[in-house]
Amino acid sequence: MSHNIYIYILVMSGVTYLIRMLPLALLRKEITSPFLKSFLYYVPYACLAAMTFPAILSSTASVASACAGFAVALYAAYKEKSLLTVALCACAAVFVTERIMGILL
Amino acid sequence: MDVLSFKRGLRDGVPIGLGYFAVSFTFGMMAVSGGLSTAQAVLISLTNLTSAGQFAGLDIIAAGGSYWEMALTQLIINLRYCLMSFSLAQKLQRNVPWGHRFFVAFGVTDEIFGVSASQEGRVSPFYNYGAMCVAVPGWSLGTLAGGISGNLLPAFVVSALSVAIYGMFLAVIIPPAKKNKAVLGVVAGAMGVSSLFAAVPVLKRVSSGFVIIITTVLVAGIAAYFCPVEEKEESTHES
Repeated sequence: MSHNIYIYILVMSGVTYLIRMLPLALLRKEITSPFLKSFLYYVPYACLAAMTFPAILSSTASVASACAGFAVALYAAYKEKSLLTVALCACAAVFVTERIMGILL
Repeated sequence: MDVLSFKRGLRDGVPIGLGYFAVSFTFGMMAVSGGLSTAQAVLISLTNLTSAGQFAGLDIIAAGGSYWEMALTQLIINLRYCLMSFSLAQKLQRNVPWGHRFFVAFGVTDEIFGVSASQEGRVSPFYNYGAMCVAVPGWSLGTLAGGISGNLLPAFVVSALSVAIYGMFLAVIIPPAKKNKAVLGVVAGAMGVSSLFAAVPVLKRVSSGFVIIITTVLVAGIAAYFCPVEEKEESTHES
């Protein structure tokens, strides 16, 4: 790795803090541009969805167990369970699938 | 000091801190398996206090990406905090000294913003400090525990826990997608576009950080152009 890990951390935390701090410290007016407001509204959904799929498929030991985890997480999230519940259900699904595959194969 | 608000913040921070512990446990585990030391992982959690950004940052560090790519990725992924800070700036008590805003800013996360935005009337910075007093240790200690135990845990446990963060992301994006067709389109569109980057030969060479940036800007931009958000929908933006 040719890059310094502490510079990475500095860049990460610096950028993240500035994003949080600048609007609080500098601006007391509301954003008025409908496009910008809408864009900011959609950003978290687009970004989290892009980070989740297809990365989730290669996150576990096999694609099959990852698919099971994905399916169960989708269902639990659709049922509006809490963040923690959805995450744990997905883990359990992966665990069970891998155990079953271990027995069958 | 506003003791009453601080205590209320502490109380509301407990479930947040517990949830953070579980998710940051996975972060610590993945950071150590990605070649970082436990101390470095904890340092990242202490200074960043954000899930999606840290996981994406981990990928960039592992891939040896440029600092520029790191900065841009954090900017795009954490852009939502900008919106929350705008909103919180209107919500904070008017008479508090200016300096408080710099400390409150550090604790602007989806969950802390969520609870402070749901407070009646204007919110005291000490409410946020209370929530942060539980959430920040939860996030950092979870990373510590994950970093230490990651190497000791058997492979099948690590495999199962690695899916946790994606489960959490889905728990954030699916319920609003259920109620709002435009959000559903954004979620499905973003998954589709990032899949293209994973499958199409030429696009495959784009690094993971830029895939997220390009996908987010493209999909959120298209959605903002074709389905501008109605005024009142603004308040649903919390998780």
